[in-house]
Amino acid sequence: MPRLTERWGRSASAAAAALLPAAVLAILLPRVSAVLAGQVYRLEANWIPSHGMNFGFQLDGLSLLFSTLIVGIGLLVILYARYYLPERDKGGRFYAYLLFFMAAMLGVVLSTNLLQLWFFWELTSVSSFLLIGYWHHRSDARRGARMALTMTGAGGLALLGGFVLIGQTVGSYDIGQVLSNGHLIQSSGRYHAILILVLLGAFTKSAQFPFHFWLPHAMAAPTPVSAYLHSATMVKAGLFLLARLYPILAGTASWFLIVSITGMLTMLIGAYQALLKHDLKGLLAYSTISHLGLITLLFGMGSALAAVAAVFHIINHATFKASLFMAAGIIDHETGSRDMRKLNGLWKHMPITATLAMVAAAAMAGVPLLNGFLSKEMFFAETLDQSTLGSISWMIPVFATIGAAFSVAYSLRFIHDVFFNGEPVNLPRKPHEPPRYMRVPVEILVALCLIIGILPEYTAGKVLAGASTVVLGGQLPTYHLHIWHGLNTPFVMSVIAMFAGGAIYYGRGRIFKLQTFFPARDESRLFDDAMRKGQHFFRTLLDHFDNGSMQRAVFWLLFVALVFMMVPLMELDMTIGLRPQIPVDFVMISGATLLCVSSVATVIWHHQRLLAILLLSVVGLVVAIVFALFSAPDLALTQLSVEVVTIVLLLLSLHFLPKRIRNFSSPTIIIRDASLAVLIGGVVGTITFALLTQPFDTISGFFTENAKSLGGGTNVVNVILVDFRGFDTYGEISVLAIAAIGITALIDGIHQAKIPSDPNALGWAIDKHPMMLSVISQAMLPLAIVVSVYIFLRGHNLPGGGFIAGLITAIAMIQQYVAQGYTWLAARMPLNYPSMVAGGLLTAAMTGLGAFLWRQPFLKSWHGHPHLPLIGEIELASAMVFDLGVYLTVVGACMMILSRLGRLSSSSEAR
Amino acid sequence: MLDTIALAVSAVIGLSLLLNLGRFMIGPHMLDRLIALDTMYINAIALIVILGIFRGSPLYYEGALVIAMLGFVSTTAVCKFILRGDIIE
Repeated sequence: MPRLTERWGRSASAAAAALLPAAVLAILLPRVSAVLAGQVYRLEANWIPSHGMNFGFQLDGLSLLFSTLIVGIGLLVILYARYYLPERDKGGRFYAYLLFFMAAMLGVVLSTNLLQLWFFWELTSVSSFLLIGYWHHRSDARRGARMALTMTGAGGLALLGGFVLIGQTVGSYDIGQVLSNGHLIQSSGRYHAILILVLLGAFTKSAQFPFHFWLPHAMAAPTPVSAYLHSATMVKAGLFLLARLYPILAGTASWFLIVSITGMLTMLIGAYQALLKHDLKGLLAYSTISHLGLITLLFGMGSALAAVAAVFHIINHATFKASLFMAAGIIDHETGSRDMRKLNGLWKHMPITATLAMVAAAAMAGVPLLNGFLSKEMFFAETLDQSTLGSISWMIPVFATIGAAFSVAYSLRFIHDVFFNGEPVNLPRKPHEPPRYMRVPVEILVALCLIIGILPEYTAGKVLAGASTVVLGGQLPTYHLHIWHGLNTPFVMSVIAMFAGGAIYYGRGRIFKLQTFFPARDESRLFDDAMRKGQHFFRTLLDHFDNGSMQRAVFWLLFVALVFMMVPLMELDMTIGLRPQIPVDFVMISGATLLCVSSVATVIWHHQRLLAILLLSVVGLVVAIVFALFSAPDLALTQLSVEVVTIVLLLLSLHFLPKRIRNFSSPTIIIRDASLAVLIGGVVGTITFALLTQPFDTISGFFTENAKSLGGGTNVVNVILVDFRGFDTYGEISVLAIAAIGITALIDGIHQAKIPSDPNALGWAIDKHPMMLSVISQAMLPLAIVVSVYIFLRGHNLPGGGFIAGLITAIAMIQQYVAQGYTWLAARMPLNYPSMVAGGLLTAAMTGLGAFLWRQPFLKSWHGHPHLPLIGEIELASAMVFDLGVYLTVVGACMMILSRLGRLSSSSEAR
Repeated sequence: MLDTIALAVSAVIGLSLLLNLGRFMIGPHMLDRLIALDTMYINAIALIVILGIFRGSPLYYEGALVIAMLGFVSTTAVCKFILRGDIIE
């Protein structure tokens, strides 16, 4: 939608983009109190019921929290981006991607089914890729996008593995069922595999050490994206997963070790790196990593209170970090730089933004009266309670305090370096306050930080309780959200962290100096090297099987097929069935001789291409006669028409190819291939013979009996095509259309030089378009069209149908091209083949969808026998319209390919 | 009576198909082969018509008609190719 409205300017596309989140919010809000009271809304539709898979959404406390975050911050980001994007960018594409992401993310948090969740999870990776690479002219954006996609995509693959294992262990993919069967997973031998695979998915998504490096590179995205995806929502998807699967995965020693140590490392490394960054967004990116690590650590501790603190910190982090990113974006937008060595003393130029940013940064540092303080206190309290590490458990609170101290230090750096500390240095633009409404989202978020910080119980309390109940699987521990807990150990830790942070910031010069002793590590280079090595390795591996030689590829394919076919055949001893065999007559013998001789001759003479084509058409003709003999006139007609189209196509391409080719294969390879071919032929022949002689029931009985009553036609083949298996047919014509478009695109890319003339053929006849041929061909066109209309119309009851009719029409039209040439015909028959294909597909799709109007499944056909005056009773079936779609697609696709090839050859002649 | 005749005629047609194949294999010129192929189409039509008589079904005549038309198209296309080296000019 934003893409459609972008022509009316940025505001219009922003407004259109806001519709979706506003609508979701309108659905969410009335249900808030009920959900918090413990009610769960579910919306389900059958998907693959035979495998117990349903497509569904459910709204409980946890998903309510996340959807509110996604939609709420989404709305603010949409408003913010309206002012952030440059003038010339109308934002349609941006908002389209953003909404794509938003929908995918909502899908992740609302899914009732693990596989469905995984699907949306992958969609968030894809949308994140598109958004990071939004400014695709910049190489860092492209690299960052690629890196993010590789990391999160690899994690997603691991996650899928984990989900499948969970599904197999529990026997269901439904999240509710999985959650209530946690003991099955923890007691099964697969627990560790599941844990590691799921954690890989979660950690790559949430940028945990050692997968954290993609997040700073993702900062090449426009700042609204960084604020939204890479701090507030998408990177929280991993945490969401931890929270969602907490009841079944948590509580074991391995969970504690892996999750909490990863979280701890991530927190410390992120905090340290954040201090070192000179780039504003770099600082925020590493601080995001650090805070994500903190939340992971909280989940890892495994105690109920820690989980509550984790959920609380998710809320708090989303509010203050999104506002900080937006503030950073404003600074970047209004000054033209994000380098903290240049940005100084902005307080004088943008006091309001500065105040807002400082409050948010203070929340990040954990200053009292702000929301960051509360969750940090809870975090400290939890670290004190840990005893899992035995006698060295005291290290946990110490490391936590160190992390917090660094957090204070980089927050201080953000405040002091940017807004104070002297005057701006060489800024590209004169700094000033941003437009009024650009600041509004920041104001709202900062206000939230304050309100939650001062009145936690009344604002976030209920949502937190609702979400935590779900995470913990029902029992909520007693806890108190207060600003003042008294002068206890956590508070002392906070005070220590404050002072230590100040000291670290004061002494940051030394840290910078210390860092210069280490060789600078460029993760993106390491990443690229690893990718290149991996690609090289797999390419070498692949070359052993598939080196681009068709011959070798086919050999492997057939060889494997042969092995798989022969093994079970060896176990059978009798292949001749009991079915009475049809006596052989002379016609059969001559047909079989024709078939065998011409097949073998094709192989022998395949170097002479024209001859090989002629031989192939002999084979086709015999096959068609066989079809006719065994009462399959439909197949015979189809076979013949396809035969003719193929010959024309081959002749057209033969024009560009050498007429004869040399023999490239060495004798060894010829013997290898020949023996394989003989073996395959023998095996397939045996199977066919065994199959044909067995008396067995086919499914055709059902179709023959029900064709008239259910499908309204007596031609079973056609009824199957357009009704019983209409969806298959629809897929097939789509493939045909895609192939036609693909071939056209390929041909358009060819710049063919003039064909070297063949002394044996070219110039033999001077007349390009002999008159006799033209006259006969012109006379043939209407005749052929009448035939095809006839075949089309009767198709539902007697042999025929859209496909054959389409082929006959196409062949008749090709004949005109052959007789008259491309230019002559293009002037007289201005048909647009691509639109014909599109029209055909649309017709078919509309017919299928039309069934929905009568509450019938897709493509369910309708038929009736209305009695019209004058004409009498006629038979109508909606399947006929579908068949018309097939007809149009077939004609369009054939003509698109052939006429394009023909035009190519005519243009190369002219040159 | 009719059945016997139909059987005999189809045997003759089968024989002529084999003779066509012989001409096709011998050649020597591409045109000989093309004419052999075209004659095969004609024989196929004949065979299908006989089949229609034998089974008493009108459907086969229509099939024969379509084969006649299609055979014409592929024969002209190959002729054009032999004469000019390209079929759509």
